[in-house]
Amino acid sequence: MNLLKITVYALAGLAAIALTLAVGWWRVDGPEAPERTGLRPVDLSAMDFRLSDHEGEEVGPEILIGRPTMVFFGFTYCPDVCPTTLSDISGWLDDLGEEVEGMNVVFITVDPERDTVEAMAEYVSYFHPAIRGWTGPEEEVARAAQGFRARYERVSTDGGDYTMNHTASVFLFDDDGQFTTMIDYHEQREFAVPKIRRALNKETEGAT
Amino acid sequence: MKTVVYGLMAALMFALSATMPAIAGSEDVVVEDAWARASIGVNRPGAAYMTIRNTGDEAVTLTGIRTDLAIMSDIHQTSTNAEGVSSMAPAGEIEIAPGDAVSLEPGGLHAMLMRLQRPMAEGESFSLTLDFSDGGEIVVEVSILGIAARGPDG
Repeated sequence: MNLLKITVYALAGLAAIALTLAVGWWRVDGPEAPERTGLRPVDLSAMDFRLSDHEGEEVGPEILIGRPTMVFFGFTYCPDVCPTTLSDISGWLDDLGEEVEGMNVVFITVDPERDTVEAMAEYVSYFHPAIRGWTGPEEEVARAAQGFRARYERVSTDGGDYTMNHTASVFLFDDDGQFTTMIDYHEQREFAVPKIRRALNKETEGAT
Repeated sequence: MKTVVYGLMAALMFALSATMPAIAGSEDVVVEDAWARASIGVNRPGAAYMTIRNTGDEAVTLTGIRTDLAIMSDIHQTSTNAEGVSSMAPAGEIEIAPGDAVSLEPGGLHAMLMRLQRPMAEGESFSLTLDFSDGGEIVVEVSILGIAARGPDG
């Protein structure tokens, strides 16, 4: 009888410890972890990945250096966020007009399985002509995302399909490839356009 | 002038009678600015947007949507967390209080159209039926705009 009591107490004690640990994990590393501040992309010169642009040309971070750059992640099977981001960006570029000539604008897919070079080519053709679509082997996409500190995950949906959760921010770099700032998803145009202009003006200052 | 007004009223009456069944609650729902982006083929899901306004005195609950354009359709909610990661999830039933409106707009709620039966072609339109908890339904004609459209005006 005593042995049973001891066993029950011991199990209850263990359960309490396990619960405490679980709650701790939840708050520190788990879904309730505080926002990781200071998580910003490394400079383009510190990145290393090989992808293909939508015309089949081999590309990497080094080809972006020398011009101001705008990069964002997404996938073409995305019904809401990605077309919205692409059309927002197209609108910003239209607003900036000739100022954006010579700016790199790159859309990197997080879903290379479905986003082949051909799929990217067709998709970007509907948006501003400055937008380039990059895809490639999954591990290279992962290396790219890591450099930009972008996150993505595959999520199954009803009927055997899948969708991708992903970082929807737009990253801006100056002509030296240094990270300048990011534009959050759905940021108003009156804030977004000046941010792009700042990344562009860095170039003008450097040139004069 | 009078003729114009009567003409407008007649058109309005016709529009109302055509889109609203005579059932308490959902009969007072008005849908405005329904639009969608064109699709590339049929493999990718589509999304439609609109404003659903409850002009009546009692709350209404939108329980689902359907269209012959897609095998599966559902209202989804896009959300972006503190780290900037966007995700989508079914929004469930949506209650609209009297006098309130719910906006389905890019980056928020949208009518998610899965398994398209035919491509969504720019310049065309499709019917979408909204089902309400009181048994009422509203059929909305959704205009298909370009892939790069940002709102109901293109």
